[in-house]
Formats: sequence, structure tokens, C-alpha cells
Amino acid sequence: MAINRLFRTCPMTGLKVHQPAEALIKANAVAAVVSLLVGGILGLLITLTRWQAIHLLPPDWYYLMLTGHGLDMLVFWIIFFEIAILYFAGSVLLGCRLATPRLAWVAFMLMVMGAVINNYAVFRGDSSVMFTSYAPMGAHPTFYLGLILFAVGALIACFVFFGTLVVGKEERTYNGSVPLVTFGAVTAAIIAVFTIASGAIILIPTFFWSIGLVDHIDSLMYRTIWWAFGHSSQQINVSAHVAVWYAIAAIIFGAKPMSEKVSRLAFLLYILFITIASAHHLLVDPGLTSNWKILNTSYALYLAVLASMVHGLTVPGSIEIAQRKKGFTKGLFEWLRKAPWSNPVFSGMFLSLLGFGFLGGISGVIMGVEQLNIIIHNTIYVPGHFHATVVLGTTLAFMAVTYFVIPAIFRRELAFPKIAQWQPYVFALGMTMVSVFMMGAGTLGVPRRHWDITFAGNPLGFEFPGTAHLMMALMGIGGLLAVVGGAMYLLVTVYSVFLGKRIETPGFKTVRVVEGMAPAPTRPAAAALQAHGGAHAWSAPGTFTLAMVFLTAFVLYYFINWKYLSEVWPLK
Amino acid sequence: MSAIQPPEQRIWWKQPIEPLEITWIVVAFIWCLFMFLMMPYWHVFGKQNLANEAYRSTPELFLSKAQAMVDKHKIREETDQKIPVVKPPAGSDVYLVARLWQWWPMLELEAGQTYRLHLMSLDWLHGFSLQPENINIQVHPGYEHILQVSPTRAGTYSIICNEYCGINHHTMVSKLYVVTSK
Repeated sequence: MAINRLFRTCPMTGLKVHQPAEALIKANAVAAVVSLLVGGILGLLITLTRWQAIHLLPPDWYYLMLTGHGLDMLVFWIIFFEIAILYFAGSVLLGCRLATPRLAWVAFMLMVMGAVINNYAVFRGDSSVMFTSYAPMGAHPTFYLGLILFAVGALIACFVFFGTLVVGKEERTYNGSVPLVTFGAVTAAIIAVFTIASGAIILIPTFFWSIGLVDHIDSLMYRTIWWAFGHSSQQINVSAHVAVWYAIAAIIFGAKPMSEKVSRLAFLLYILFITIASAHHLLVDPGLTSNWKILNTSYALYLAVLASMVHGLTVPGSIEIAQRKKGFTKGLFEWLRKAPWSNPVFSGMFLSLLGFGFLGGISGVIMGVEQLNIIIHNTIYVPGHFHATVVLGTTLAFMAVTYFVIPAIFRRELAFPKIAQWQPYVFALGMTMVSVFMMGAGTLGVPRRHWDITFAGNPLGFEFPGTAHLMMALMGIGGLLAVVGGAMYLLVTVYSVFLGKRIETPGFKTVRVVEGMAPAPTRPAAAALQAHGGAHAWSAPGTFTLAMVFLTAFVLYYFINWKYLSEVWPLK
Repeated sequence: MSAIQPPEQRIWWKQPIEPLEITWIVVAFIWCLFMFLMMPYWHVFGKQNLANEAYRSTPELFLSKAQAMVDKHKIREETDQKIPVVKPPAGSDVYLVARLWQWWPMLELEAGQTYRLHLMSLDWLHGFSLQPENINIQVHPGYEHILQVSPTRAGTYSIICNEYCGINHHTMVSKLYVVTSK
């Protein structure tokens, strides 16, 4: 088969887009949005159940839908979208053809089959085992089979991405090193390979156990290896959404990384240290020593936390520098005040950065402290934390970048621009409420994954304080708001993609590069060694101030939690 | 050149780093180091730590030990299910069985005393969550986990299950009594 070398040049960005890659990006993005729709409906119903005044679903449906919500959101929505990002960061940003598009379609079909089979298992009603599916509680064999098929597909897609990097290098479609955003995508893909391998190690034996070929799965072994899959997959998300932050800063502001070296080293720290982080799920488990727990949960001296703190500075820092160059130099924050807050690509990205850092990041580190975990483990604080990281952080960043992808890749005008403009704010406000009030209720001991915290009719029941019920109700209101924000996103994207006005550029042609390579880029003139604003300039004072505010919040909240811990019963 | 394009300088790793970035990296790293040291510090000077004491066991063995304790120290029964309430001597080994969907037996402890609390599940994973203290421990089948607990204040506490354990998970709740020592 002749290699397909169809390219078009994007009139908006000047990027060279390989058409088979474009088709695959579209397919994966559409599958992601469909998963988001299903997961969102389930999310609405479980929110209305935990809001005790409404208490909508009966227990069997609540546990079923909670399982489905976790899988559709955390696995299918996010990973389909991430595959689209990998193809974009590989093929489109490097201006090269996608390696083996047919294999990429096989990967896509496997992932779709896996997602459908897994959802089938959940909706059968005999696989309400939660996202974590802890053995020895068992699900229907198709539950594990669906996940395995999906993972195989995702693994193939990662290798298509790696192959694309090789193609770009071989065919010299770019000069020097890959762009930072592609580097971030490489980080995500490497962590994905580790993640999927861990998933295979635990889910394949569990599948055999579910059909009777293996007779025992140890619960501690399961939790240890499962979290190497379950938590590492969240690190794919972090790498991917940080790459999206950098991409959006570049697209909107033409921002250049403050220092390529620092940003790339920070990504490298993710690869080296974040994979051992999954141990923080096991801090109150028997059979593991404190030495092991401390070493592994501190990500070996918190080096991965350091990496996130670096990205948290360099992304807004690069925006500040770009804005100051354009003349927004008044005071500490004119660059931020005069940023395009009505452009959802920017507002979504910046709200994602704030939510991920202030809510998700700080709470995550605190939960991961060996002793502090005693007062947090399995309370609703935990979902509070990860709704800040995965939803405010990852999902909102992906929503923001969608508003760029629709005109650039789908070549449709954004429908309902006013709704799109408000969407990030509505969604971020709702999800911030969800996450903050869940954390608050968790601090009061409210358990996660629990159908009835009033223990109605139970003679031994526990009465939670009124504040806990109030927090759960406020979480419910936040949840409704977030669902409205999610629906706005779905309305804008689905309408734009299928019914939106096509973007036609006069004189636009696709170019078939029959012979040889895609045209090579010109090489930039050599520049002198210098940092961005001159070697010693203190170029982003506003960002540095924000970083100090962040650090202060972090330190205060850290010690507040030690104070809480010091008041509970002594344990040895 | 921006983040979506290759670095402007081919030898980008030799470019100097801005002082602002260096400062932040140093500050953040010191904070990370501090947080790391805080955990061993609390093991030495703090009062809330897990003992790392656990043994492999079987449901039969664990249940027989719990039954022996109940036979010796039962003081009364509660609810229609006649769940025994046990008052073991201060400092002794205390057994709490987690099973679908019950904590068994109920315990009555003295404030200011220390007990060796043994936790194990007979079937699936459960979550020991003591309220309103908010102490949360994972309970595994096959692993007998021992915690030295020292109740501080008298009162009626609740133990709820906070690890999802099937359709009646939310009904798995029990009491723990702490009385003042005589």
C-alpha cells in the first residue's frame, strides 16, 4: 500500500495537518464526548442521590451508576481524548504523517469495543464493583474483558504515537528537538505504557479468576498492583493536561516557555517519580511497613510534586512574559486583567490551572502524607480531591482545548459563542463547589461510596452533624451547576461538529505530496545564548506573587491538618 | 518560537535559567524536603501512627479468637440480633470482626487505657471508620492488623464501613462505647 501523504495547511495556525491523522483525532474526540455524555448523566443521578434531601436512586441503582460514572469519566472520556491529543501532538505539531493509520483504526475499534463491553457488564447489574473492582468482590467476566480490550487498544495507540515520532525524525519534518507540548505528550505516553502494563498484570489474572481458572486473588496484592494502574493513569492525565496548558499559552499568546530546560526536566521528573506514587492509596493498609510507605508516597522526596509546582509557575509565567511584551506592563497584574477572559480557550485553561493547583494539588499532597491519611482515607474527601484534579484540572483543560480543535481540526465555526464563552465559568464554579464541599464533608467523616449516611431505620446508626448534611446539599447544588456546565459544553461541541458552519478558505487546497517527504521547514538563524527577558531580568513578578500566595495556602492548610490529626485518639 | 514549535536554540539545554525560576525551584524543593522529613518526625514525636504490625490469618482462626474473647468478657447483648457487647480488660488483645454486613462484637473500652485492637475481614474488603473521631483503617481478609488504640474521652462512638462492600454496605454500622475508668 502506498503511504498516504495527504496534507492540508491549516489556514488558522499554519500547521500542516495529515488527513488520516485528522480523521483519527476526530473519531477519538467524538468517542470521548459520547463517554462524557453517558458519564455526565450518571453523575447527575448519583449527585441527586447523595444529596440526602432528594436521595433519588435506590441502593442497587446508586452503586451501579457510581461504577459506570467512574469508568465512563475516568477511563473512557479521558483516555479517548488523550489519544486524540497524542495524535495531534505527534502528527500535527511535527508536521509529519501519522505512522500506520490502519493500525490506529484497529486501536480505535478495540477501544470502542472495550468501552461498550465494559458498559454492558455494568448495566447488566451484576458488576457494581466500583471503578476499583477490588477483589475478592467479583464482577461479571465481561467487565474485566472490556477493560482489557480497551487497554490493548490504548497501548497500540501509544505505539502509533511513538512510531509517528520516528517518522517525523526520519523524514526531517522539523528542526532540532520536538516542541515542548510534544515532549509533554511523550511523557504522558511513556507513563501510559507503564500504566497499561500494570493494568494487564492485575486485570488479566482477575479475568481468569472471574471465569474460574484462577482460584484466589489476594486482596492486598490486588490493591497494590491495581493502584499502579489506577493512580498512574491519573498521571497520564496530569502530563496531558499540563501539555495542553502549554499548548494553549502558545496558541493564544504566542507564549514561549520561560526555559525549555526547566519545563522539560519537570516532565522528566514525572516519568521518573510519579509511577511509585500509587502507594499512597495503601497508607492505612496492613502488611506494609512505614519505611516503604514514606519512601513511595513522598514520590521519593516529593520530586513529582516539585515538578507540578514548576509547571504551575512556568505556564502562567510564560503568559505574563508574552503579555508584558505586548505592553501590558502596568503593576503586577495588568497582564492577567487584560487577558482574553471572554475566550473560552483561555478562561478554561486558566481556571483549570487554578483549580488543579489550589484545590487538587494541595489536597492531594495532604492526603498522601502517611499519618494524615488516617483522618482522610475513604472519606468523601477523596472524591473531593480527585474532582479537583481530574475534573477541574484535566476535564476543564480538555474542554478548553476543544474550543480550539473545533475550528482547527473539525473546520467548523463554534456554534453558540455566548454559551461557549460562559461555559468554563459555570462548569468551574459548579465543580469547585462539588470538590470543596466534598472535602469539607470528608473532614467531618462522611464516607465515600455510601448510599445513606442517615442510616435510616438502623438501630445502631450514626448521626452525622448537621454541617455534614449541609455540605452534602451544597455539593449537590454545585453538582447541578457542573452538570449544566457540562451540558453547555456538549451542546456547543456536538452542534458545532455536526451542524456548525463549515470554515471555507478561498483558494484552499489539500496537497498530495506524491514523492519524497513533507516539505522541510526552514532552519531559524542561530541566536545568542540568553534567557527570555535578558539573562537577569525578574521577568514575571506577578506570577511569582501568585506562586507565593499558593505556597502560603499550601503551608497553612498542611499544618491545619496536622492539628486535626493531633487531636484524635493516640494510635501506635 | 512557542511551546508548539521546536525550541529556537538547538542547544536549548545550555540556555541560562531565569533567576525567578531558580528561586521558585529552590523554595519549592525546600518545602518538599520539609514535608518528607515531617513523616519520620511524627513517627518519633507524634502520637498518631500505625504500628506496622500485621499477620496472615484465616477466617476460622480469627473468628475463634474473637469468640474466645466474647465468651470471657461479654457483659450484655444489644439489638434484635443479640450482638454481644464485650468489655475486655485494659491492655488486652481486642478482636473486631468485619463481615458482610456487620462489625462483631461491640466493644466497651475504658478511657485513658491502651488496647491492642485486632482488625480483620472474613470476606471482602471493609473500611473501619470510627466516628466522630474520624480514624479510618482499611480492613483486609486474611490480614490480621493490630493497632494500639488509646481512647481519650468517654462516650458512644460509631464504627461505620467506608469501603464499598456490596449492596448492603450502607447498613454496616456499629457502636463502640468508651467509659471512664473506675
